[in-house]
Amino acid sequence: MKLFTKLAAGLTLAGALMGGTAAIAQDNVRIALVAKSLGNGFFEAAARGAEEAAEELGNAEIIYTGPTSTTAEGQIEVINSLIAQQVDAIAISANDPDAVVPALQRAMQRGITVISWDSGVAPEGREMHLAPSSNELIGQTIIKLAADHMPEGGQVAVLSATSTSTNQNAWIEEMNAVMDQYPDIEVVATVYGDDLADKSYREAQGLMQSYPDLDAIIAPTSVGIVAAAQAVQDAGKVGEVNVTGLGLPSEMAGAIESGASESFAIWNPVDLGYATAMLAYNLATDEATAEPGAEIGMGRMGTATLDDDNTAAMSEPFTYDASNIDEYKDIF
Amino acid sequence: MSLAEGTKPRHVPDRLTGRSQRVLRSWELLLFAVAVGIFVANSLASPYFLNPWNLSDATFNFTERAMIGFAMALLIISGEIDLSVAGIIALASTAMGWALQFDVGTAGLIAIALAVGLACGAFNGALVTRFGLPSIVVTIGTMSLFRGISYIILGDQAFNGYPEGIAFLGRGYAFWVVSVQLVLFAVFAVVFGVLLHKTNFGRQIYTIGNNPTAARFSGVRVERVKFILFLLTGVMAAVAAICLTGRLGSTRPSIAYAWELEVVTMVVLGGVSILGGAGSILGVVIAALVMGLVTFGLGLLNVPGIVMSIFIGALLIGVIAIPRLIALVRLRRRA
Repeated sequence: MKLFTKLAAGLTLAGALMGGTAAIAQDNVRIALVAKSLGNGFFEAAARGAEEAAEELGNAEIIYTGPTSTTAEGQIEVINSLIAQQVDAIAISANDPDAVVPALQRAMQRGITVISWDSGVAPEGREMHLAPSSNELIGQTIIKLAADHMPEGGQVAVLSATSTSTNQNAWIEEMNAVMDQYPDIEVVATVYGDDLADKSYREAQGLMQSYPDLDAIIAPTSVGIVAAAQAVQDAGKVGEVNVTGLGLPSEMAGAIESGASESFAIWNPVDLGYATAMLAYNLATDEATAEPGAEIGMGRMGTATLDDDNTAAMSEPFTYDASNIDEYKDIF
Repeated sequence: MSLAEGTKPRHVPDRLTGRSQRVLRSWELLLFAVAVGIFVANSLASPYFLNPWNLSDATFNFTERAMIGFAMALLIISGEIDLSVAGIIALASTAMGWALQFDVGTAGLIAIALAVGLACGAFNGALVTRFGLPSIVVTIGTMSLFRGISYIILGDQAFNGYPEGIAFLGRGYAFWVVSVQLVLFAVFAVVFGVLLHKTNFGRQIYTIGNNPTAARFSGVRVERVKFILFLLTGVMAAVAAICLTGRLGSTRPSIAYAWELEVVTMVVLGGVSILGGAGSILGVVIAALVMGLVTFGLGLLNVPGIVMSIFIGALLIGVIAIPRLIALVRLRRRA
């Protein structure tokens, strides 16, 4: 085992060199933004937002990195190399909320600020989590999007995913909770397209037949909203029935162009990356502490208020319409 | 390719005489030179590289995969392959997580994982040796089968709460910066090195890989040897599953996704002939170090993962092509 003797010698040498290499001056606060995987438009856009925050802060530096494929093992290798580089903060969108915990705990033990964003990490593996939005804000946004284009009120219907979808049900519930703010608007039906394109399309057709005076279809699902827009277009009802809800700009660009959808919403990855970098900076520089009830600044995005789980919601979803769809449709 | 066919440059049996011994030496020496080169380049490129703790962290990038690699090397030398190893990890880890509810303790969990590995290996081995099916086809099938069972059991859930003992195996330290995994890696390297290079059984593996018909006529029980190799590979996949589960602290069905190709890459990079009949454990050990050093070194420079994959791919082709090219040039000169 000559090899191991040589390696051992190398390690000893390494130890001797340690003194010289350990003290490296760090002027900038180095924030690592870890994506689920590289080459994904959503995360590239978030990295742009983080760079924007770094520029605004002046003394911050963003290290945008991530594994090639969306695996927890790949992210752990990335975390290990970030620990070795002694970065000041790690902000991760996790591929697995549990598997990255041991590696992130080690990072925290070595004095690195760890937060999660977009896709969360179990509470013991991070100081705080920034969710793009909250059920409450999403529920309020989807009805507001419809109401904005119904000045005289009228009928709206909801096209959801499955009747057991936890997210969609929570959003619809939050929407119904604020309906008293819109006395002229009536929710006539809630139907389920099961997040299947063809079933969603048929359900949207059925809504238009059952309610000839329908003014808007709200689809809080990226599959349903595209199918509903197509159904409206095929029925020749563009301008009569407005499709809105939650969708992806890349999939909704056609519907915005045809007029089947006036506007829709989804979180803005640029804002999310920006807010994440701001939070990481404030925590890493000890300007704020992550604890329940804490209010931490996010620059132009306002303040994040942590709940009992140290989770915060960034903002209501961002609205996309004809004025900005071209800018985002190539991103995600 | 007529020249290459005549030269047999990658014929690298373990015990050699005369000129061919120099070929063996140059092969592993070349790989070792690559490893040293990467080590030096990394130390120059990043100020964080030459730090014992960081280097120790880097070993986690390859120890689990290398442990499977040792068994895989034997299997490939015998002319077979097992692409289901990552599936076995998923199933063994899922079985451990499922057994947590019965409070069987660390030893019980280890026994369960090893039993699952053994059973998976036996299943592969039986299909290949009993029914004479090609191992690449069988194990592509069982790769999905084993992981599929994990998906059925777990769905989008995860098993958590492994005992301290399992965590110690996965991320504990034996002494100073030497991790438990690194010790296991070294122990298994020696065990498999002795098994392959110093025992009768090892000689039989080479014989089968070089010429199964001749091996059979020489009294080697070809099917039995191959079956044992599948069992060994299953067990080593289970050992890797125990380490990885301890390191992650949880089990999801996507655990160790696509590791089979990384293991095969490591083995082939280590000089094991994919056609069977040649290779050494030392080569696999050095290849593991090379892959670990490359991934960690490039990671320190925050090089995107895809560039790392390209680098490993280029390294694989380069290390395999260089000896062939050298042989080609020599032959031209002689002519």
